[in-house]
Amino acid sequence: MSSPLDLAEAHPGPAFTVTLDGREIEALPGQTVAAALWAAGVTSWRTTRGEGRPRGVFCGIGICYDCLVTVNARPNQRACLVPLHPGDAIRTQEGTGHDD
Amino acid sequence: MTDRPHLAVIGAGPAGLAATVAAAAHGVRVTLIDSAARAGGQFYRQTAAALHAGRPQALHHQWRTWERLRDGLEAHVRADRTVHLTDHHVWLVDRQLNHFTVHALLGPEQETPVEVRADAVLLATGGYEKVLPFPGWTLPGVLTAGGAQAMLKGTLAVSGRTAVVAGTGPLLLPVATGLAEAGVDVAALVESADPKAFLRRTRALAAQPGKVVEGAQYAAQLLRHRVKLLTRHTVVEAHGDERLEAVTVAALDTDGRVRPGTGRRIACDTLAVGHGMLPHTDLAETLGCRLDGLDVQVDDEQRTDVPGVWAAGETTGIGGAALSLAEGHIAGRSAAARLHGTEPDPRTWATAAKSRTRLGEFFAALDTVYAPPARWADLVTDDTVVCRCEEVTGGAIREAVDGLGAGDVRTVKLLTRAGMGWCQGRMCEPAVAGLAGCELTASRRPFARPVPLGVLARAGEAESEAESEAEAEAESD
Repeated sequence: MSSPLDLAEAHPGPAFTVTLDGREIEALPGQTVAAALWAAGVTSWRTTRGEGRPRGVFCGIGICYDCLVTVNARPNQRACLVPLHPGDAIRTQEGTGHDD
Repeated sequence: MTDRPHLAVIGAGPAGLAATVAAAAHGVRVTLIDSAARAGGQFYRQTAAALHAGRPQALHHQWRTWERLRDGLEAHVRADRTVHLTDHHVWLVDRQLNHFTVHALLGPEQETPVEVRADAVLLATGGYEKVLPFPGWTLPGVLTAGGAQAMLKGTLAVSGRTAVVAGTGPLLLPVATGLAEAGVDVAALVESADPKAFLRRTRALAAQPGKVVEGAQYAAQLLRHRVKLLTRHTVVEAHGDERLEAVTVAALDTDGRVRPGTGRRIACDTLAVGHGMLPHTDLAETLGCRLDGLDVQVDDEQRTDVPGVWAAGETTGIGGAALSLAEGHIAGRSAAARLHGTEPDPRTWATAAKSRTRLGEFFAALDTVYAPPARWADLVTDDTVVCRCEEVTGGAIREAVDGLGAGDVRTVKLLTRAGMGWCQGRMCEPAVAGLAGCELTASRRPFARPVPLGVLARAGEAESEAESEAEAEAESD
């Protein structure tokens, strides 16, 4: 088995485009922000308020709030929970996400 | 169906599903309220529908049990005996004189309030993973073992090519084998306990032959994927600058200390790490249910000490899916009988009660084997971040304890802000308690999740209007 999609014999609908900081990336229907970013090779998409350290997915189930991201100008969305739609604009966020 | 008594079941994992099916089959109107888009909870977390997985069972265990639960739920929904509310994030259950109001926030943005009124409530809120800190655990690429599994099951996503799975507990086995099956090179499974100790508990093992077979199957899968199993080892440090590049693992001595000179570096881009599970008890606590340690306390019928509130599954103690099913079944039957004003007959759930006892003993034995290394706190350096949200370091916590005399989690929190961030201490609390040298106790959180102020301000308005009308009517009678 080479990929989880093969393992589960997934046949998602056609990929669509979203943007990450203006750069186009492909996403599959059903993917969350975190899953699409992982698939695009991105594992961190915010920096912390205090030390400016990079963060990405930690708990994967919405408990830890480490994967916060700005989606369609709304800051502090949990990337592991939010499903993507064609044309969504994801932005990496710094600190509280309100000063970007 | 409106004249039937109404039970609100919170959580659509194994316990909540078993309870819903049992209660609905016995004449109760059930509203099953869950935060996910599809039923299943974490154990049966379903792949997003739009990914059209032709073989979702490849990522699961006990798939036939899931099919039975799913079909049961669907039948009750079709027959109008049950309503399944998905994407509803419950933040509070409010108890009034003769009913309960469940307050939820709707959808991924969690801003639209929804209220469900019910005669009784069954809490099947499950658990979440405990992770203890070590240098580098905040690096992207380090995630919880359950998180790696959730991303895999839910969205068929993996974050890298080479993973190390580490920590302690039975969850590490399905995580390591799941990642390996999905094409990830699992460089090592690092278990801090010595599972051989488990073999000495032959009584608990003999009572659960199914679990022994399950263990053997995992062992075979690990062998097949050439996953190196390191027992009595721990991850000492995660390395990397912007993301994870490698981990250092080392052997532990019998006292749980790292044995000097045994460290070795393993290159990896993913570290899936977990140290056991904690029950979700926020809703139970705000309802005033008594806890036994960290677990919601229940009687033989799965009733809490608050009238009208039942609890089942991992919220009453961590014990896996099979135990949750048994508890959920009992809770659903008990609630159905009591809502009809009758005394339930425990003989009707004798099989479930027997498996509840056996599985309870099995997990008690498991707990004594799978414990984090006794000296895990030695690995937390002064500049290791302990509270991930507020970026409070091990040094700051030690200063609060040693310099300022804090002796409990609450005082450390007030002095350092550890636990005051987004996750409300869910991630750092076990570590803070450990570093402060005190028992981990359940912490009181007024709401189970963040709530927009506007929603909070409006909550109960409709309720209090209805109540004052009812009161006015009662007075005029």
